[in-house]
Amino acid sequence: MNFRGLLYLGARYLTRHKARTLILVSAFTLVWLLPSLIAMVVGQVENRIRARAGETPFLLGKSGSALELAFNGLYFTKPEIQVLPFREVEAVQADDLATAIPIYSRFTAGKNRIVGTSIDYFSFRGLEIVSGRQLLRLGDCVVGAKTAEENGIVVGDAVISSPETLFDLGGVYPLKMKVVGVLARSGTPDDSAIFVDVKTCWIIEGLGHGHDGADQLDPDKLLKSDGETGVIRVNAAVEEYNEITETNAANFHFHGDTGDHPVTAAVLIPHGVKEQALLKGAMAADKSLQMVSPSEEMDELFETVFSVQQIVLWILFAVGVATVLIGVLVFLLSNRLRKDEFRQLKMLGADVSTMRALVVYEAVFVILVSLLLSGALLFLFSLVTPGIVRSVLAG
Amino acid sequence: MITCQNLKFAYPGERFALEIDDLCIKGGAKVALVGASGCGKTTLFNLISGILIPESGSLDVFGETPGSLSASARQQFRIRTIGMVPQNFELLDYLTIRENIELPFRITSVLSGDASVRKRCEELAERSGISDQLSKFPHELSQGERQRAAICRALIASPALILADEPTGNLDPANQEKLVSLLLEEADRLGSTLFMITHEPELIPRFDRCIDLLQLRREARV
Repeated sequence: MNFRGLLYLGARYLTRHKARTLILVSAFTLVWLLPSLIAMVVGQVENRIRARAGETPFLLGKSGSALELAFNGLYFTKPEIQVLPFREVEAVQADDLATAIPIYSRFTAGKNRIVGTSIDYFSFRGLEIVSGRQLLRLGDCVVGAKTAEENGIVVGDAVISSPETLFDLGGVYPLKMKVVGVLARSGTPDDSAIFVDVKTCWIIEGLGHGHDGADQLDPDKLLKSDGETGVIRVNAAVEEYNEITETNAANFHFHGDTGDHPVTAAVLIPHGVKEQALLKGAMAADKSLQMVSPSEEMDELFETVFSVQQIVLWILFAVGVATVLIGVLVFLLSNRLRKDEFRQLKMLGADVSTMRALVVYEAVFVILVSLLLSGALLFLFSLVTPGIVRSVLAG
Repeated sequence: MITCQNLKFAYPGERFALEIDDLCIKGGAKVALVGASGCGKTTLFNLISGILIPESGSLDVFGETPGSLSASARQQFRIRTIGMVPQNFELLDYLTIRENIELPFRITSVLSGDASVRKRCEELAERSGISDQLSKFPHELSQGERQRAAICRALIASPALILADEPTGNLDPANQEKLVSLLLEEADRLGSTLFMITHEPELIPRFDRCIDLLQLRREARV
């Protein structure tokens, strides 16, 4: 057998039948590539999600779906979950069992989530401010890198919260907030958020507001003023501020007990093992609350995802087997069509092994090239997908 | 020289049997083989080239007995000694005319190919009138051109024996004449023996000798 000649003949046959070779190579490439690609992407998503969950010891929330609470606390989604009173967060902090960081992620500014929290959140997540400063007063906001980039926001600009309903006169109305800082990119959902103090969220919700003081009011709008208690009553014509500025900041106030005001979740960071045990005990006793471990919730979630992935992989396996069988059929039909060619080669002096090798050549070529191609594509995807996964999970 | 005595061959399960008592073809001879369809002309060629093995009798081809050789030795003998021109100018459709002509050097390591193969291919193509067709594929050529390419392929390894199985069968008279002239000239140039099956009586006078296979078989039976 002339090995070089054999390679040459095989290559010439394949190049002469380009379309068929291309279709076979493409089909086999997909057969090898798809299961690996799915496993890789799912693995990367899992790693990213588990990493953020693993960095968050516990989340405190109102009793209900633990998974929804985890998603709200980690990804600021599920804004419709039941709220808990801020008093519960203050209580944990007061008991000195854990650091409690409130999260109130209910409102949006355009497509970006407004997250009411405290400045502890930034050090907890290791978020750095690349320009501007931290939150200092009501109405300040710090935006994530992606929010800033996509909306062209820089320090000094303003963002306006989106009203929940057009005719909600009593509650959520647009509040103009001043951008005081922009965060460095972290590849997490924090990149797409707008962070404000939790009290700013309460103002957006209408639980706090600002208007001119009694001494500045038009007497026509003043119904009653009690000099001793300081309580004033005004009519509906008094205009509320829709922006918090240095000059009007002092006129903002909250009605009622702020302990009653809502948050959607709170990150709990126990001070130690003992404190963690005490905290768990206390939370277990209070049926109106739940304290969840995001890692455990994600474990349960990925058990389900893994089951779905297994089903998808079995389906792909079945499609792969069908593709291989069709490939075998193509090779067999091809060899029947090549009967005259092999008879001719025999006449010219080719031995049986040369003709067998020519038959095998096509199959080996298609399988090898498709394997190499799928390997190369998988390598390229492995370079690109982490960025895509990070971007998708960042919101 | 080709000699055979008391040669007998039959296809398994078939009534047909080829029997030849005595046949001798001298080296360098130009011989036409005639006979009705199905009388065994192609079978005789396959026996001479070692593709088929005789049941009995002796068959000696240029000092070798193909029937007694191993499969690989038979293959080597065929490549070194015989150039075959098939009836249906079979060329591989995925190779150019040049690649088809040089094919015997690619399918086996028995022949050693070098730059001289390329030169010889061009010389043969030039003499055959297809030198401007070398880079084309078979389907781009006329029947006559394809048959001439098949002859070039049979001659590329300078064989001692050229077996041409009715190569003019599908050609018009003018092309038949040209093709036979080419075969005879090239056989003369190489000093090769030419053994050609034909059904064209007008071509027979151009050969040194004509063998009627039916006659040979009748003699064998008597």
